[in-house]
Amino acid sequence: MIQAISQLGASCLANIAALGRASMMLAQALWFIPTRKLLRDIVRQLYVVGVLSLPIILVSGLFIGMVIAFQGYSILVDFGAETSLGPMVALSLLRELGPVVTALLFAGRAGSALTAEIGLMKTTEQLSSMEMMAVDPLRRVIAPRFWAGVIAMPLLASMFNLVGIWGGFLVGVEWLGVDDGSFWSIMGASIEFGQDIGNGLIKSVVFALAVTWVALFNGYDARPSARGISQATTRSVVYASLLVLGLDFILTALMFGS
Amino acid sequence: MKVNKLELTVGGFVLLGLAALLVLSLKIADSQFSGDGPSYTLYARFDNIGGLKPRSPVKVGGVVVGRVEKIELDSDDFAPVVTLKMFERYGYFPETSSASILTAGLLGEQYIGLNPGFIMEDIESLEAGATIEDTKSALVLEELIGKVLFSLTEK
Repeated sequence: MIQAISQLGASCLANIAALGRASMMLAQALWFIPTRKLLRDIVRQLYVVGVLSLPIILVSGLFIGMVIAFQGYSILVDFGAETSLGPMVALSLLRELGPVVTALLFAGRAGSALTAEIGLMKTTEQLSSMEMMAVDPLRRVIAPRFWAGVIAMPLLASMFNLVGIWGGFLVGVEWLGVDDGSFWSIMGASIEFGQDIGNGLIKSVVFALAVTWVALFNGYDARPSARGISQATTRSVVYASLLVLGLDFILTALMFGS
Repeated sequence: MKVNKLELTVGGFVLLGLAALLVLSLKIADSQFSGDGPSYTLYARFDNIGGLKPRSPVKVGGVVVGRVEKIELDSDDFAPVVTLKMFERYGYFPETSSASILTAGLLGEQYIGLNPGFIMEDIESLEAGATIEDTKSALVLEELIGKVLFSLTEK
């Protein structure tokens, strides 16, 4: 009994210590004046985390938009309100699904890769050898990946939204026969720039910070072994996904609550 | 000059993302960055505003000519006072105009329908800050049913 309690306390303390290490890692990685070299590294990482994530983001955006249009139509048609399909698709994408699904996919597609890459760098002692050559691995390895993630995610989420709305248009208008004009005009009338698009962007920036941070820290903090890397990768995806969903609830309550 | 293929792809990616954002905000949200242009304020007193909300449209013959800015209750006679933001580009309406609260469709959102009065020499127009005198309240379904039931039992 007493042992169980002390174990609980120990794991609590370990988690708090990990949070401290993660904050210190981020602070050290970002607290310096940006150089040209950093910019070049960011561009290279943007290719890895951004451009290579494009296919999965675009395809899932299209399908999610199409599914919402289907489901929405079958509900709205009962009330004779199928012309409201446009705002329904657009609002659910812009406010919720765009940022959240992009972040979840990003955690699975790019976050896991970041964790594995950095974990392997640590295991093969590349990070230590960088330190021996007086190169700060936090600045050369962590910082560009972090910024690349933060820049890439809002852009990916915007493309996801646009493709999703197009998918909703395809199913709703082209297939199910909702009126073309009212689909777009009611959508345009019911969406506000600040409330819907702005808040969606804020969400995706927050999610980007969370997902990239979790992924980088788990790689940096991985135990240097094959097992350690696999555990770190799993943990990175699980924690990042849970964090995104939890943060989404808090942000939604703050933005749309009152 | 040699163009780095990687940089080109990343640049294209960033441009594509920004373009998506621009299309979302301009085309989908239908927002004009200039807003609705200059506007002036009118007031209207109703007996019952039903489900009217701030940002509900004010329409003349179906054309949106303004929006509801805020809804308050006059503390003297407990009548709702609606503040309207009218777009200046449609000009000013004659004093004899009437406002009624209408519903779009059977269950749709409520809006203010403005009926412009005749424009004649001796009739002034509704300047900024004026109050629309002739108003018709929203139809409340329960009251309507009550009236029907009352008239049925009368017979």
